[in-house]
Amino acid sequence: MGQVEEPQLPDKASLGSRDRPRNRVLRDAPPLLWVVALLVAAISMSPLLYLIVRTSQLGGTLFEILAQKRIWTVFAQTGLLTIVVTITSVFLGVVFAWITVRTDLPARSLITILVSLPLVLPSYISAFSLIVVLGPRGLLQNALSGFGVERLPSIYGFPGAWLALTLFTYPFVFLSVRAGLAGLDPSLEDAARCLGRGPWQTFRHIILPQLKPSIHAGALLSALYTLSDFGAVTLLQFDSFTRAIYVQYTASLDRSVAAVLALMLALLTLLILAVEFGRPARKRYYRSSAGAARRAARSALGKWKFPALFLCVAVATIGIGLPVLAISVWLIRGVVYGDEHLGVHGTVLLDSIFASSAGALLTVVAAFPVVFLAARYPGRRTQGVERAAYIGHALPGIVVALALVFFSARYAVGLYQSFALLIIAYQVRFLPLAIGALRASLLQINPRLEEAARNLGHTPREVFLSIILPLARPGVLTAVALVFLSCMKELPATLLLGPTGFETLAMRIWNATEEAFFARAAVPSLLLVCASAIGLSIVLSNEQKGVAV
Amino acid sequence: MNSYAIQCHDLGKTFRGEPAVIDCSIDIRYGRFMALLGPSGCGKTTLLRLIAGLETPNHGSIHVGGVQVSGTGKQVPPEKRKIGMVFQEYALFPHMNVAQNVAYGLRSNGESNGKVSETLDMVGLEHLEFRMPHELSGGQQQRVALARALAPGPEVILLDEPFSNLDASLRQRVRADLRSIVRRSGITAIFVTHDQEEALSLADFLAVMMEGEIVQAGTPRNLYLQPETHRIATFLGDANFLPAYGKGLYAECELGKLQVLNGFNGDGEIMFRPEDVIPIQDPNGKFKIVDRIYYGHDQLLYLQLPSGQIMKSRRLGSRDAYDIGQRVGIRIDTPVSIFATQFGCPALPEPESHS
Repeated sequence: MGQVEEPQLPDKASLGSRDRPRNRVLRDAPPLLWVVALLVAAISMSPLLYLIVRTSQLGGTLFEILAQKRIWTVFAQTGLLTIVVTITSVFLGVVFAWITVRTDLPARSLITILVSLPLVLPSYISAFSLIVVLGPRGLLQNALSGFGVERLPSIYGFPGAWLALTLFTYPFVFLSVRAGLAGLDPSLEDAARCLGRGPWQTFRHIILPQLKPSIHAGALLSALYTLSDFGAVTLLQFDSFTRAIYVQYTASLDRSVAAVLALMLALLTLLILAVEFGRPARKRYYRSSAGAARRAARSALGKWKFPALFLCVAVATIGIGLPVLAISVWLIRGVVYGDEHLGVHGTVLLDSIFASSAGALLTVVAAFPVVFLAARYPGRRTQGVERAAYIGHALPGIVVALALVFFSARYAVGLYQSFALLIIAYQVRFLPLAIGALRASLLQINPRLEEAARNLGHTPREVFLSIILPLARPGVLTAVALVFLSCMKELPATLLLGPTGFETLAMRIWNATEEAFFARAAVPSLLLVCASAIGLSIVLSNEQKGVAV
Repeated sequence: MNSYAIQCHDLGKTFRGEPAVIDCSIDIRYGRFMALLGPSGCGKTTLLRLIAGLETPNHGSIHVGGVQVSGTGKQVPPEKRKIGMVFQEYALFPHMNVAQNVAYGLRSNGESNGKVSETLDMVGLEHLEFRMPHELSGGQQQRVALARALAPGPEVILLDEPFSNLDASLRQRVRADLRSIVRRSGITAIFVTHDQEEALSLADFLAVMMEGEIVQAGTPRNLYLQPETHRIATFLGDANFLPAYGKGLYAECELGKLQVLNGFNGDGEIMFRPEDVIPIQDPNGKFKIVDRIYYGHDQLLYLQLPSGQIMKSRRLGSRDAYDIGQRVGIRIDTPVSIFATQFGCPALPEPESHS
């Protein structure tokens, strides 16, 4: 952005017609900005491209691998898990949203918080608590042994994975449907009732169709998360893609199978995204009455009050209660038995914080040129760059990690198992989070401010430092906090790419749980939950502070 | 010594193939308070932004104080042009207080303290130094924007629709203030407006833009009395038009033989302002009053000519009584304008030759 002369890029078709002219600077983007943004987008795209290259080099072996029955078993199991988890999440999410927004359920606001909380816990902590409480010789079985119960149904495999992932993903649907319900125009329901439809028919024909976009959005997030999850399925020993990839990677010298599995997983994810975004343009859902509409009436739950309360309490207990119980019980046991590895070595905390800080900084710095280009020079080409940078959202962490391992092993041996490669993986994975947070605050800055500053004799670099950066600060802080938090919780990329001797909180929880040293997972879990809570409160308070410019 | 603050030569700018500014040439003398007048979307703001360096012209050149800043592959960035600009929505930096906003264009801290209070003094806001932009009224924000643009001591200041965000009552006062502030600082100012009254009353030099082209430039008086086309005439105010035949310094029309301002021969159209038409009480007059709008300080009569054409007459004062249906005669004492009927307008005169 530091150049003086602005060459004319012949660019007529690129400026989309739907852009709001007020937010647009009608200059062509500086070439340096293009170069940096394209570089960032290229890094984001490289894992997928490299996996394709690597798989295509297999030649005939590819078909031998694809002929193996177990690969298709993994495929079917992953598909089944994704479908079942998504359906359960949609059911729980819609029910919770409805009863907290539109009924007279007691303690609605408390229940709203309780049922959203599981989102804060990484899935491997949910898995850890399920194993500790419901697993063989777990807390529940111990409690029941007095009654002669010798065996509980096994938590490992499909049931555990289903439970852990549903608990983690239904809040996506819940939050999105809540927002959708709040935006509904109650006068449409009134109209339906006046036209002689009962409450159930009104819900089915009027409300549900209008909620479809929010349900879709939530379901998409649930499905994508289920596909990408590593922590829960590995700990609960369910053979989905991510676990199969990891097992293949660690167990065999020939990593071709892992590469094929990773590419299949990436393509499956992209296929779901393509289907979702390829659907015909959505109908517009809007309030017919502008301005402050009347609030929708709450319907009485009547005899359903107690079943509804029971469902809420049950889910909140499993989602939040079990982890709290598991962590505290094993913390106490660890202290009582005097486990010398109970505490977390300072280096683990330092490794976590250092890697996450570096990841957050690099990711936010890399997001800036992409966001700036797309927000200030909107057009098809700049949008393409932004979309390319979003690919990390669709690639499961283990896929990104594996691609980078292959790439460094072949082309950059010096990078293999280096700290730098881990940070690049974080950047690829979490760039979309940073872009999302920065974009909103950058779009709020009137481009006239930049022009005024230029006009007052400041160079583009000075304008960036003295005007844009201070004004975009809430967005920058949110982006840093979000990415930092995600890096702290990240597991598969950290496991695969972490340098020798490097250990984060997430790795420690996972290792301890896998080896059944449950007490050793308690303290890092507690630290991680605290870090999540602090990070989330920073993000939320920033959102409130964001001022329109 | 170059006597022009700004010289634009053959400027052109297109956006996505759509021409916004077409072959604009204009020279502006030092010390002028110039208005760039035109309907919305005519390219006047783009011309302003070209001068400021916020847009790059496709062709043509711009000189500021005799030094080339745009054209022939050269494009001096806005921060190096020493041109002040006041934006339509003021663009005050929301994270800086009034004093910081004004100081932003000043380089060294040493000079800035004195300069900031001096400039704020000039716009009458010395007591608001530490307010934040959102704590100011619209008029105050506008003055801060003006002070910020003036503080670095530019030789030229550009104002983009400076009054459009103010309500009507405030606008009158702010206009007068702005005029005196700009006069006192002796700076060359160009402001963009779509309001003809604003342009005529404030500016000492006026350029009319239509569809990307500068169609006429001159003093407000000159443009109002002697517009070169039908469209310019209507854009600058109420006008009457009648088909006429030019014979040198006279024109024949339905009203008889009228003196014209500019020599013209052949078929054409005469233009005269409603205030030039003086009604005469005459029960047998050729003209019938078909409508009357009473404003208090003046009144507007709609007179029907024998041919059926309607002509407007504006009478100052409120005392003369006219009735609808009444017949009157008229008198036109001043010479009228005449031009070719369609858009075949004569060549542009040198803009500065009228002063």
